Amino acid sequence: MTVDLAMTNRFIERAEAKGLVDVAVATMDSPVGTLLLMATPRGLVRIAFDHENRDEVLGDVATRLSPRILDAPRRLDAVRRQLDRYFAGTLRDFDVPLDWSLTGEFARKVLRRTARIPYGSVASYADVAVGVGTPRGYRAVGNALGSNPIPVVVPCHRVVRTGGAIGGYGGGLPRKRWLLALETG
Amino acid sequence: MKATALPPFQFVFEQHANAVLTFLRGSIGASEAEDCFQETMLSALRAYPRLGDASNLRGWLLTIARRKAIDAHRARARRPSPVADPDPGAVVDAHLEPDDGLWDQVRGLPSKQRKAVVLRFAGDKSYPEIAAAMSTTQDSARQSVHEGLKKLRRELR
Repeated sequence: MTVDLAMTNRFIERAEAKGLVDVAVATMDSPVGTLLLMATPRGLVRIAFDHENRDEVLGDVATRLSPRILDAPRRLDAVRRQLDRYFAGTLRDFDVPLDWSLTGEFARKVLRRTARIPYGSVASYADVAVGVGTPRGYRAVGNALGSNPIPVVVPCHRVVRTGGAIGGYGGGLPRKRWLLALETG
Repeated sequence: MKATALPPFQFVFEQHANAVLTFLRGSIGASEAEDCFQETMLSALRAYPRLGDASNLRGWLLTIARRKAIDAHRARARRPSPVADPDPGAVVDAHLEPDDGLWDQVRGLPSKQRKAVVLRFAGDKSYPEIAAAMSTTQDSARQSVHEGLKKLRRELR
């Protein structure tokens, strides 16, 4: 006797209706590989590229936020639609609520600043450091960007080295290049 | 600090949902097993963050399932039966079709215990009915169910 898809879906629906899903999980295909998406009731909280192990990502979020995590893709429908349009080149600015719970105070400042870099342009680590009021803290800025829990939607790929060298990327440089090329296409 | 990190409930569901459903099918029959399954998993999800010990998640889920099954039994006992009671012999056969998990263990019980457990939980029979079906006394029927459940509980741990 096995639990079939219909039973699982009914369970998810009822758990959502009763407000028992603290973190909803979905996956989607994209030109930069399968993306793992997670949202709390407050908003999008995590995006992971497929070089990260799914079980580890879920386990980490369970420890840091809540273990009431379930595959509940409906909650991420709007995010998925916007990402699809972004990857197709028809969406420039994301309009989804974000949950910054996985980010500390300084990193949050850095990432909010990063979110204001317009589509198709880039800023340097030093620019962002100045933007958050710590002109000499560009290394800390680099760390904050490297730990961005919501890549792509929070566009840390738009931060490069002074002088134009590409810098680093948590998702690997090929993905950073691909995203920058898409935006300047 | 939590003593034991709780795994994501998604993993708990993936690993143990089948065992819960199989247990419930054995306890209250296929027709009510799904409702009971949903109630069990929702209760579990609600209580999950407060669970102190993650070392026996299956046992924890089956304990909740057992309580839900008892509730369902009681609710059913209060309802008038919409159809004639099935023949006890037929119930035994119908519910002992190949199945994984719990039923394997039920099948492994000594014959008297097996018959009594199946009549009680799959057939939802009262002890006088079980005694009649097995040509024995009520006390003996009760004893067989008790022994059978005790054995299953030990094995399911």
